[in-house]
Amino acid sequence: MSVKNCYHCGADCGKKPVEFNDKFFCCNGCKTVYEILNASELTCYYDLESSPGSIPSDIKGKYNYLDNEEIIEKLLEFNDTETSVVEFYIPSIHCSSCIWVLENLNKLNEGVTISMVNFPKKLLRITFKNKSTNLKELVELITSIGYEPYISLEDADSKKNKVDKTLIYQVAIAAFAFGNIMLLSFPEYFEVDEFWLEKYKHLFRLLMFVMVIPVVFYSAKDYFISAYKGLKHKMLNIDVPIALGISVLFVRSTVEIFLDIGSGFFDSLSGLVFFLLLGKFFQQKTYNFLSFERDYKSYFPIAVSLILDDKEINIQVKDIKKGDRLLIRNGELIPVDGILINGNAAIDYSFVTGESIPVIKNSGDKLFAGGKQTAGAIEMEVINSIEQSYLTQLWSNDVFNKSNEKTIKNITDSISRFFTIAILLIAFLGGVFWYFYNVDMLFNVVTAVLIIACPCALALSAPFAFGNILRIFGYKNFYLKNSETIENTSKVDTIIFDKTGTITTSDKSQLTYYGTALTDVEKSSLKSILRASNHPLSRSLYEFLDVESLIEKPTSFNEILGKGIEATINNTTFKIGASSFVEAKSVATNETSIYIKINNEFKGYYLFKNSYREGTKEVFEKLGVNYNLVILSGDNDGEKQYLQTLLPKNTLFKFNQKPEDKLEFIKNMQENNKKVMMIGDGLNDAGALAQSNVGIAISEDVNVFSPACDAILDAKLFNKLPEFLELSKKTIAIIKASFVLSFCYNVIGLYFALTGMLTPVVAAILMPLSSISIVVFVTILTNWVSKKL
Amino acid sequence: MEVVYITIGVSIIVAVFFFIVFIKSVKSGQYEDTYTPSVRMLFDDELVTKKKEKLVQKEQLENQQE
Repeated sequence: MSVKNCYHCGADCGKKPVEFNDKFFCCNGCKTVYEILNASELTCYYDLESSPGSIPSDIKGKYNYLDNEEIIEKLLEFNDTETSVVEFYIPSIHCSSCIWVLENLNKLNEGVTISMVNFPKKLLRITFKNKSTNLKELVELITSIGYEPYISLEDADSKKNKVDKTLIYQVAIAAFAFGNIMLLSFPEYFEVDEFWLEKYKHLFRLLMFVMVIPVVFYSAKDYFISAYKGLKHKMLNIDVPIALGISVLFVRSTVEIFLDIGSGFFDSLSGLVFFLLLGKFFQQKTYNFLSFERDYKSYFPIAVSLILDDKEINIQVKDIKKGDRLLIRNGELIPVDGILINGNAAIDYSFVTGESIPVIKNSGDKLFAGGKQTAGAIEMEVINSIEQSYLTQLWSNDVFNKSNEKTIKNITDSISRFFTIAILLIAFLGGVFWYFYNVDMLFNVVTAVLIIACPCALALSAPFAFGNILRIFGYKNFYLKNSETIENTSKVDTIIFDKTGTITTSDKSQLTYYGTALTDVEKSSLKSILRASNHPLSRSLYEFLDVESLIEKPTSFNEILGKGIEATINNTTFKIGASSFVEAKSVATNETSIYIKINNEFKGYYLFKNSYREGTKEVFEKLGVNYNLVILSGDNDGEKQYLQTLLPKNTLFKFNQKPEDKLEFIKNMQENNKKVMMIGDGLNDAGALAQSNVGIAISEDVNVFSPACDAILDAKLFNKLPEFLELSKKTIAIIKASFVLSFCYNVIGLYFALTGMLTPVVAAILMPLSSISIVVFVTILTNWVSKKL
Repeated sequence: MEVVYITIGVSIIVAVFFFIVFIKSVKSGQYEDTYTPSVRMLFDDELVTKKKEKLVQKEQLENQQE
């Protein structure tokens, strides 16, 4: 049988494809989407990209909470009783077909007036008429065509923060002034004594002066503020010499113009500010579609079903009180800690721990916030409010508050300290020399030194090198929050890994069979029985067995909650389930396993084993040479022996670590002067990620889940980690090399300054030249070293 | 040569005009999404032709039924 791919989503259709309109679909969901689009003449969707769709998820009752007025009010951006505007984050937007179909929503729903997609940010903004449709209808519509919006507690809580555009304005003003002032000062560069030039000189100078004022007082104001702050904290950061340079340039030029001595350096001044701001702009690279600052609020649902007097009502998560009885549907996240009342609970804690094999809970067991129910609806009683839940309490830890206050001591600032002192010294010595030699030149020389020494090139090299590497990393699916992260990464000496979900893959759990080998018939029978079970473990085993299931159905089938299945097929009795149920001796206590008994004879058991990411061994071997490695796992030490054979000898193992333990462990390490990099994935690593010098979140899908961190690494690229670390070290080396280059320029400039030959034209050539050549230098080199990646 | 006052005046007015236009476009959010509009502008045509085809097909079907 030939492999058919779904017309809608492109997935393999398997053995039983759904056929419709001569097209094959992998499931009914995909077919339905096709039908919807077909009926509304929107099949053009499939012409733009082949198989653009995504499988729609089951939404029965999921969005009932959108009937709640209070919640609607919080989600809507604008509402004047006639029309409303709402904006959704839709992670599944990925191609131009998506844009097309989402912008044609008005064909699917009359009430929609405008729908607009912001592709880079994966946002959909819908304007709709309140009379003909409502929010719930819209959400269900876009979910039904495979674009489920991501609505979380955070959406309701925070007001959308506007993008800060100040820097753009500052750059624009500096660029405007730079261009115009250069044109106006061109005639004077060549000191031509021509009548008309002499006549209009004053007008030109006045215009330049007018234009430079906003550059100094608006565009460059951040440098003055930063320099002032630095001095207040007794720190000579790079902004101190910059601010000094700018003010000396401005004062000297103004004096020259008004005393009619010369034309001043306004072109150099505005050029300098322009280049500096451009560097800042380049460094501010952001990945619009990623969020590095997620806390539990962006994971948790906004509303939950409360059972009150046998009736279901939707309330906001923040209104949950102790003692409430909640209904958690299949696929929903448990928002608070609670006790299971009834229902078949199989909780997937992969958001929390990275472990995706569901944990089976019995009535009366404790459920923790952050777990996802995977086997039908359950009822639970709340024992903690959301703020007091085990998981959310982690966020009240100090590390989440002080992270912004961290004073970054970066490479540029540490160099600029010596630089500033040296410049002041040179200016002073030059001043002393000229005082005795020719006192008229004193003012000239001292200001010239301060002007030419303004570390423009020095300040530019780091932003451009980091900005470029950030871009290259992002292109390779390693997303860094900011450029400081690269610098911190290059300093790391200890790397700590979380185990589950980080070095193990979270989706493909491997099953191994131990015991008497099963015949093919037995396996087929097993598969037929498992088919009737909805239990997650049964499903995994069902998927794992690579035989065809029997045509016969089991004659008797009895699933005992939390224990196992007893079934008869072809006169053979099977008992499948926990060791206690099968009455077998439990062998592996630490791992999830399924025991099998056929006709009262114990056969063996299937063991769920974590599969390690591709290249784990190589990654650890490469990293083990230069770094201290630690495995910090919340799990028990069941796999310690296996891990020890896999990983280098010097790796330290820590098991049974609670989230707070992980955080404490890293704190201790840092107190011993270690620079720690933490690599983790689940919410239980959130504290550790925040505490570490560099926190990297490993993510299977970079669009959706990652706790607050400094960087997000696509799980597929785990084996590239050593290369990324190597590259960040090389970047620092490049920056250091560029510092040497910029010092050379400064020495040349100082020669002109100290000999009193710094004319506006020399400055106008030397200053942009040094800046531009440094930018070119670092850009070429960083591209070159990252070629091998 | 007094014409220089006019030329400079004009050139600065032009420069300031462009500057104001730029600031305005930034404020209006034109640069926030630089990708989607480039895709969007390709859509309209396809929708129209597709509709026409469908209409033709429908008519043909109706004609056949008659």
